[in-house]
Amino acid sequence: MTGTGPAGNKRHSLVTRLWHWVNALSLVILFMSGLNISNAHRYLYWGDWGFSPDEAWLAVMRFPGWATIPGYYSLAQARDWHVIFALVFAFSLLAFMIAALINGHFRRNVFTSRKEWSPTNILADIRAHLRLQFEHAGAKYNFLQKAAYSSVLFVMLPGMIVSGMAMSPGMEAAWPWLSDIFGGRQSARSIHFIFAWGLFGFFVVHILLVLLSGPVGQLRDMITGGKAE
Amino acid sequence: MKRRGFIGLVGAGFLAGCDKVAGTKWFGAVAESAQGWHRGLHRALGVARIDMAPEYEKSDISPFFRGNGTRSIEDAAYRNSMMRGFFDWRLSVGGMVEQQLSLSLEDLFALPQRTQITRHDCVEGWSAIGEWTGPQLSEILALAKPMEGARFAVFHCADNLYGSDYYESCDMDDAMHPQTIVAHQLNGEPLPERNGAPLRLRIERQLGYKHAKYLTAIELVASLDDIGGGKGGYWEDRAGYQWYAGI
Repeated sequence: MTGTGPAGNKRHSLVTRLWHWVNALSLVILFMSGLNISNAHRYLYWGDWGFSPDEAWLAVMRFPGWATIPGYYSLAQARDWHVIFALVFAFSLLAFMIAALINGHFRRNVFTSRKEWSPTNILADIRAHLRLQFEHAGAKYNFLQKAAYSSVLFVMLPGMIVSGMAMSPGMEAAWPWLSDIFGGRQSARSIHFIFAWGLFGFFVVHILLVLLSGPVGQLRDMITGGKAE
Repeated sequence: MKRRGFIGLVGAGFLAGCDKVAGTKWFGAVAESAQGWHRGLHRALGVARIDMAPEYEKSDISPFFRGNGTRSIEDAAYRNSMMRGFFDWRLSVGGMVEQQLSLSLEDLFALPQRTQITRHDCVEGWSAIGEWTGPQLSEILALAKPMEGARFAVFHCADNLYGSDYYESCDMDDAMHPQTIVAHQLNGEPLPERNGAPLRLRIERQLGYKHAKYLTAIELVASLDDIGGGKGGYWEDRAGYQWYAGI
């Protein structure tokens, strides 16, 4: 495959690497400023409206200062961070997706073939993961990796953007169907919160697997591009 | 160094860095231009239609409409006026207008009324749905005849919160928007005190803190620099909240 992929003779293309780090920074800032925003009203509801604890389906914990941006309660400043990095996050994802469609990264490395969905293949993948064997012949990513990356790229990340937009009253006036997708603004807010923690779960597993599969080489390759196998 | 200690150190350094960045002048400038981008996107994406906030059915109305910020005014003049049914309450319209106005509640009732069932979104995150009635701000401004060069409408209020008078402002686009009304009724009844009796602004494409309560005066201006702390509103001045609250 050397020299034929979007990355040329590199393991990761420049576009992928740039987006990876811009996205990582955006997500950390959005998540931590989001926890600060959550502290402003720690109750989640379904439907269009909700304002008191007895209507809530979940009472969220108060997040401590070390987990939030800024490191003390400030809804106004947390919203500044959120408002800025929402744009960085959304437009960098859009640019990455367009590039990955054009250069074939999605088709080659992320989309699954029907063959990969066979139970034997999936079970073999799970077994290999449990034995911490990360060598995979042929394709760049195995089924579990593709499934994880796809759910993050095509469900969680766009879901964060759309549910975030649905909460914005100015945006909703322009596109009123946005909050209808979720069944109301408070439902969009609940989904935003759930997806945020879903992404946090991905982040934890992602870091863990990098640590288990040679963190120095993995980090180096995501910075320099590395060499295609 | 132990790995956990290292991670803790990196984390603390990151947080301290964020706080340092947020304290700089350019962070404020970036945050402000990001607001402008959001606002521009909202207006651009809604270009094919008159972008209206969603309106609901009577059956969607919340059983209780929460009050936030000022919920009661101690001031004797306010209490006396309330006791007398606000018959002496005046809404003055001034600044960059050709015709200064001083409107009683009766004057406002005599204007064409708009009733809208809309959702109120607080910056904190909660929402409530209520039915509001009152004249459109555009009708009131038509009587006052805005001068060329008026760019913002400033809303002065009777409440004083933590030692400063509440006020808010919006651009002429929001001031002239069909859903921007001076409401005197909530759910068919005169406004309760906690929701801003006798008059409050409804500015449906923005968050709750823009919906000034206990309205006493509307002033058209060319610049917000000399009003209050210069940032266009009570919470904007006091805590750095976003002036464009459509996000």
